[in-house]
Amino acid sequence: MKFLRIVLANLARHKRRTFLTTAGIALALFLFATLRTVVTTLQATAQFGSARRLVTTNATGIVFVLPLSYAERLRAVPGVTAVSWANWFGGKYGDGKRFFAQFAVDAQSYLAMYPEMTLPPEQREAFFREKTSVIVGRRLLDVYGWKLGQNITIQGTIFPGDWTFTIRGVYTPSNKVLNDDMLLFRHDYFDERIGRAGVAGWYVVEIDDPNNAGKIAKTIDDMFRNSSAATKTGTEQAFNASFATMWGNVSLLMGTIGMAVVFAILLVSTNAMMMSARERTRDIAVLKTIGFSDRVLFGLVMAEAAVISLTGSFVGLGAAKWLYRATNFNGAGFLPGFDVTVGTLLFGGGIALLLMLASGLVPAIQAARLPVVVALRRVE
Amino acid sequence: MALVEIRDVHKVFQRDSDRVDVFSGLTLDIPEGSFTALMGPSGSGKSTLLNLIAGLDRPSSGEVNVAGSPVSTMRPGQLAAWRARHIGFVFQQLNLLPVLTAYQNVELPLLLTRLSKKERDERIRLALGVVGLEDRMKHYPRQLSGGQEQRTAIARAIVADPTLVLLDEPTGQLDAKSSEDVLNLLNRLNREFNKTIILVTHDAHAATHAGTVLHLEKGALIEGQGAAV
Repeated sequence: MKFLRIVLANLARHKRRTFLTTAGIALALFLFATLRTVVTTLQATAQFGSARRLVTTNATGIVFVLPLSYAERLRAVPGVTAVSWANWFGGKYGDGKRFFAQFAVDAQSYLAMYPEMTLPPEQREAFFREKTSVIVGRRLLDVYGWKLGQNITIQGTIFPGDWTFTIRGVYTPSNKVLNDDMLLFRHDYFDERIGRAGVAGWYVVEIDDPNNAGKIAKTIDDMFRNSSAATKTGTEQAFNASFATMWGNVSLLMGTIGMAVVFAILLVSTNAMMMSARERTRDIAVLKTIGFSDRVLFGLVMAEAAVISLTGSFVGLGAAKWLYRATNFNGAGFLPGFDVTVGTLLFGGGIALLLMLASGLVPAIQAARLPVVVALRRVE
Repeated sequence: MALVEIRDVHKVFQRDSDRVDVFSGLTLDIPEGSFTALMGPSGSGKSTLLNLIAGLDRPSSGEVNVAGSPVSTMRPGQLAAWRARHIGFVFQQLNLLPVLTAYQNVELPLLLTRLSKKERDERIRLALGVVGLEDRMKHYPRQLSGGQEQRTAIARAIVADPTLVLLDEPTGQLDAKSSEDVLNLLNRLNREFNKTIILVTHDAHAATHAGTVLHLEKGALIEGQGAAV
């Protein structure tokens, strides 16, 4: 500790350079944490889903609908305990600048199948009772400053017209990966408004035993194979993963950019440390003359690198952790549960240690090996 | 009794393809408690001799013993610890670390000891008092005059109570008044505190403050002008 003053004094020698180097590391690690959190959030989203839920879509593609009459046939499949369905709505609210997802769902069966969406019983009942009611995620309510009982109008894009709803419930996800930026309204109202009764965007099928998922999925798809709308059934996790894997290359890109940023900062900070050490050749020679050993001088230079790297990482990673949590960031609903994980913080901390070693080792070894007489002569 | 014993020292520098023989069998004793001035023209080997005595450089052959320690054969780690204990060194200029105050600069040798913060503080104040800079301890080198800087460097050189104080042209960059102050201070350190001092200088007037004056020329002591063995 008694050498700390020397370390800090040396860092204060060029305050601007020290600040910029530290800020550079902080920014690099902030970006790294952000990019890696995009990847981990996508992965978490892909893994979200109950093993007891299957999703049945039109085999041609998710944009094609399925007859609502399939519901009864699905319920009759051995191993199926419940069936629900939903439709993508795709409307916009206000100026439409902020996107959020809207789904028409079969109210009772849907909420029963998703216990992760928690809302007070009286609100649940109100949703079941009133055909034009909606439930919204807590975040959505906060963002728009909506109130329970308020009427809101969504402009349909796929299904044109003004759709006015009354907010009767606010759900809170018990699993942070579940989006709390959604609006759910009743499928029967949707069906009534669009004038062609009997279509569902997809079915959610609850099964009794996850071990039978493959067998049940095959039974369902075989059942509809020769019908007008063949189906494709898979686990809910696979369904979610299919969305997430659309980002697959983005994940790779994010990771690559993150590491490239860190590497660029590594070069900058190494250069800054080496410049700093070179400028202090005389001081190092003086310290050696006083009796500072090579080991102590090595430690002093490494300590400087440590202060810069660790301060930068603390600020950068801390800011990422704090900022996204404080702002409840979710990437406009595409990255629900966006939060810098402990794993990312540890990974970032590891990078900071690597930065410290990489930027400090060369100047530290140079300082330790510096022959005093040569150094004094060089300066004189 | 000789504090510094130099026996048949050879020192060769290789500069590109040129071989420079600085010393060719130098032998010299410097007694404990003496104040010795080393004089000679540029390139005569004065600073090299000082570096050999301080263990900052090694002889090509021969022995350098200081306070009973074989400086010329000690390992780098041992030498650092030995220097911290036995040597106080003052250069012509740029002695002080610019980022530290006078107080902090003087404290540097004490950081290598086991002294407590309080003990270090007492020693620093005493050393700065000896050189007359009690009121400048919080000043940075850029806030000190050249003479004050050198006196701070001398305070640092003596603060750990070393066996030997080596000074390489400490008055070379000073005006006459500051130079006189520094030389008087060295005299006082020698007489009152019995410090063994070796002073390298070009300045004949500065050398008059020393008890012994040795003249080096082309790496050899000029006969009859010193305490050569």
